[in-house]
Amino acid sequence: MIYWELFLAFFIPNIIGYGGGPAIIPLIEAEVVGRYDWMTAQTFAETLALGNALPSPIATKMAGYVGYEVAGIGGAIIAVVATVVPTLLLMLGALGLLYRHRDSPRVKRMSQWVRPVIAMMMAWLTLGFLLESLNSSGAIHTLIIGAVAAIALIRFNTHPAFVVMGALVYGGLFLG
Amino acid sequence: MKRRGAAWQLFWAFFRVGIFGFGGGPAMIPLVRAEVVTRHHWLTDEEFADVLAIGNTLPGPIATKMPGYIGYRVAGVTGCIAAVVAIILPMIVAMIIMLGIFSRYRDVAWIRGMGQAVVPVVMVMMAQLTWDFFDKSKAALGWWVSIAMAVVAAGLIYWLGIHPGWVIGAILVAALLRPSGTKPTGAKKAEGNA
Repeated sequence: MIYWELFLAFFIPNIIGYGGGPAIIPLIEAEVVGRYDWMTAQTFAETLALGNALPSPIATKMAGYVGYEVAGIGGAIIAVVATVVPTLLLMLGALGLLYRHRDSPRVKRMSQWVRPVIAMMMAWLTLGFLLESLNSSGAIHTLIIGAVAAIALIRFNTHPAFVVMGALVYGGLFLG
Repeated sequence: MKRRGAAWQLFWAFFRVGIFGFGGGPAMIPLVRAEVVTRHHWLTDEEFADVLAIGNTLPGPIATKMPGYIGYRVAGVTGCIAAVVAIILPMIVAMIIMLGIFSRYRDVAWIRGMGQAVVPVVMVMMAQLTWDFFDKSKAALGWWVSIAMAVVAAGLIYWLGIHPGWVIGAILVAALLRPSGTKPTGAKKAEGNA
């Protein structure tokens, strides 16, 4: 039962999530935090922070970790398989068909039309993180960390790993 | 024997991509190209561009579809598994170990503080992605269509509680079935019917 739920929780976001790994994050959050309640917003944020600080694709890192948290190594394997295998099989099986349609306007339209919805879900998730942080750390700390992180990430293009490390140091010193 | 050698080469090539590829799947594509085209000559430049275009016709992470397909082409099923495992496994293990240690000491006040402090950082990262997706959406559909679709979808998903899969699924079907050459405003109608 839990394996089946894990499979669905990662299969659905990956089969509808056009736009690569990052597009899948809000869809995974809707399943893992919203629907199945496997994680709190706080632990999901921590997982995402570490995931963004480490290399390799984000969708499989999230799947592997969440699967492991929920149902051990078997759960990790199920979640990763649900993430990777369906679209890979489609790609191997329907290569000729996809090749003919790779520049088709309809196919381009699919990812274009989905994008505003994904963007809206990302905005919703951003708001959720804001409320979570106001609730746990208060307005002043949220503002300081958020502003410094925004300046570092956007203005100076600092590597996410360093920004996450900086936040960890700040949190250890001032939020303990 | 030759195939086994190829599988090892695939494994190490995508292991390197996985270790050095920061910033999520789409950001890793140049690294994949460096290994597959420049270093190992498994694909030509044009073939690589085709594989990328084909990968983008499908949903799901691009950084596993490409290695899986290239691995399969070079060394069959073994190659496919070797390439995918190499790119994803090391960092999944790292995540499980690091977060495992972290959650074990969650009761310690300063460790909990560390966890709280990353939430605003993730918020900023998510805001960046939001902006990026809205910006691309604006370029393709225009402001008003993008905002209208976002608002309608938000109403359906968060107010009426419809699963995002239905909403996005309906849009995908509409995009696929609607004849080419029409304005994309029809997506809203399709959503309303979802």
